[in-house]
Amino acid sequence: MAYSFPEEVLEHVFSFLSSDRDRNAVSLVCKSWYDIERWCRRRIFVGNCYAVSPEIVIRRFPELRAVEMKGKPHFADFNLVPEGWGAYAYPWIAAMAEAYPFLEEIKLKRMVVTDESLELISKSYKNFKVLVLTSCEGFTTDGLASIAANCRHLRELDLRESEVEDLSGHWLSHFPDSCTSLVSLNMSCLGSEVSFSALERLVARSPNLRTLRLNRAVPLERLANLIRRAPQLVELGTGAYSAEIRSDTFSNLADAFSACKQLKTLSGFWDVVPSYLPAMYSVCSGITSLNLSYAAIPSSDLVKLINQCQNLQRLWVLDYIEDSGLDALAASCKGLQELRVFPSDPFGAEPNVPLTEQGLVSVSEGCPKLESVLYFCRQMSNAALIAIAKNRPNFIRFRLCIIDPQAPDYLTLEPLDTGFGAIVENCKELRRLSMTGLLTDRVFKYIGSHAKKLEMLSVAFAGDSDLGLHHVLSGCDSLRKLEIRDCPFGDKALLANAAKLETMRSLWMSSCFVSFGACKLLAQKMPRLNVEVIDERGPPESRPEGCSVERVYVYRTVDSRQRLDRPDFVWTLDEDSSLRYS
Amino acid sequence: MGMESDENRLEYEETELRLGLPGGSLKREFSQTIDLKLNLNASMASPPSPHQQQEKITAKPPAKAQVVGWPPVRSFRKNTLAVQSAAAAAFIKVSLDGAPYLRKVDLKMYNSYQQLSEALGKMFSSSTIGDCGVKELMSESKLIDLLNGSDYVPTYQDKDGDWMLVGDVPWEMFVDSCKRLRIMKSSEAIGLAPRAAEKCKNRA
Repeated sequence: MAYSFPEEVLEHVFSFLSSDRDRNAVSLVCKSWYDIERWCRRRIFVGNCYAVSPEIVIRRFPELRAVEMKGKPHFADFNLVPEGWGAYAYPWIAAMAEAYPFLEEIKLKRMVVTDESLELISKSYKNFKVLVLTSCEGFTTDGLASIAANCRHLRELDLRESEVEDLSGHWLSHFPDSCTSLVSLNMSCLGSEVSFSALERLVARSPNLRTLRLNRAVPLERLANLIRRAPQLVELGTGAYSAEIRSDTFSNLADAFSACKQLKTLSGFWDVVPSYLPAMYSVCSGITSLNLSYAAIPSSDLVKLINQCQNLQRLWVLDYIEDSGLDALAASCKGLQELRVFPSDPFGAEPNVPLTEQGLVSVSEGCPKLESVLYFCRQMSNAALIAIAKNRPNFIRFRLCIIDPQAPDYLTLEPLDTGFGAIVENCKELRRLSMTGLLTDRVFKYIGSHAKKLEMLSVAFAGDSDLGLHHVLSGCDSLRKLEIRDCPFGDKALLANAAKLETMRSLWMSSCFVSFGACKLLAQKMPRLNVEVIDERGPPESRPEGCSVERVYVYRTVDSRQRLDRPDFVWTLDEDSSLRYS
Repeated sequence: MGMESDENRLEYEETELRLGLPGGSLKREFSQTIDLKLNLNASMASPPSPHQQQEKITAKPPAKAQVVGWPPVRSFRKNTLAVQSAAAAAFIKVSLDGAPYLRKVDLKMYNSYQQLSEALGKMFSSSTIGDCGVKELMSESKLIDLLNGSDYVPTYQDKDGDWMLVGDVPWEMFVDSCKRLRIMKSSEAIGLAPRAAEKCKNRA
């Protein structure tokens, strides 16, 4: 059958397949389909940069136009991965510069990107269009200047929450006057002031600009002029939202906003002066996504704004909203799909605002479409969790963080096992779960039995024994990423479920009871896994074999060589279990 | 597996994680994890939350100290919140002539010259000048006595780079403008002393 269609026809058919899963399935049908497919694949996603090498990718897919890649494990966001661990973008950029002269898009997450890499990107790809760097680090504003200056057809420059060494705001002025192709610019993570006139001119000559996320250094007085030049904006991130209260500034701003008929997303809002919020009211009915998670303003002001946004689908906010504000949200925004409530005072011992589990219960009751939650609070009860689970069986993502990670049910002082058990039992489509609170092995039993669609699980300070880990590894059929810290899980569960690890992207365990001996054994048993022992106390061999390692990171890989860019605190073990370290 | 005696505990936990022996309770206690960090870093307590200024003056570390990566709030957010919070930290260097090391204090943690002087007294109490001299240093009302009798003069460098005598301006103004603190030997404070003495004369 395969040879009855000419290649061109098959290629054309395959061009309608955009999902990686479909393309992967197609390439398994037969050798000729594999060959045809690999020549016409244009986009790839690499979930773990160490799961494969640039050479392997280039060999298989010679005609890529877009590459998306992730580097460090998620817990790197919370400083659990030591500095210098890896995830360097340069080897990839350099290899791709040779192999893909027509590359258009590079999207990286949690990788180390240098100015050198950025310069290479800007000079190697004639048709480069999209650069998205999420939570990346290692570069300065000089690197951005190269991108601005040399990428003639740049459409997107998005630096989401990256750590950039901010030498000056001058980089923005490197966009040539001939650059009119910009569709999206996100510089919200930068500190320095850019030239406002350069920014205004850039915005004015970019008719396709849909996303503009300013940084804090752009004052409110400048916002009106910028928006006026881009009434077609769909996503706007303000700068500092504060100014002396003056009626001309206000009316200027209100006028500018009223011209933006397409605005759907608002973010920014550093240093908010509440009196200026009504300037936005004209656009609020169209707003579907609102990020107020940096706005330190009282609940009453937050509620006034939210009440204007009846079509809100996504809200990120600080716990200043309080339970009462969440009640109001539940009443106003019936289309809400995602809620994130961040802590205003994460390190304070006592609650600083009246935000409790009740707020989350209200929202789960009032918002029938709610499917994704990230909630920081200081107390929780099984009763509340059970109520939430019964209200919202449609949860896809449920991430709860109680500031005291071993807090029991504050009403009964029992573990929160039954509460989370209700979540996994009722929410059959749950894909991501983060748990905190006093939790025993029982909660893991519930998870293993019920959470069949769970793909990512984050656990901290929970469980009693290896049985907990065993339940998860043996029961969660769809598990791809498991990250664990400070739990009494050890060798037995890990080794008994070694085969499971090859079906997952990665497993992270830090401050647990995994011994070096077990790591060696695991590496020996499973040649297609990289077992990295990340330990800053010196060679693991210098300690007794039963001694627990600080961190172990296990991931599957088709790259049979050991990582060449390992720092001296990372030990990887190969098949014959001989220790290799740099 | 219990930690029998306190004196063994610190040493043991300093060198390795607890092993998972069969049959024992293996649960890692969050509060014990905190104690671990606190015991090892007693004098290097991480910057306290702005809302706990009052407690910071005493030697005891806060009940919920910071365990690495907990709560799971990303650095960008932590830094942004810190800058935004009303009582953002104002760490400045403090030097005491004759003391071997400089120290750093967060001026926002104190509400008055008195509190600052007490804290500095504790900080530098190991130096050879002894408690008495340093503690009395910053008392506004005792400035005159200081200048007449004491060996040390408290000075600070303000936003303009000028070296000023401590105690002239209201506390809040001082916190806003102070960039560095230097407790000078009065023999070196020749330039400052006459001005200060004159100010004192005008006050009296």
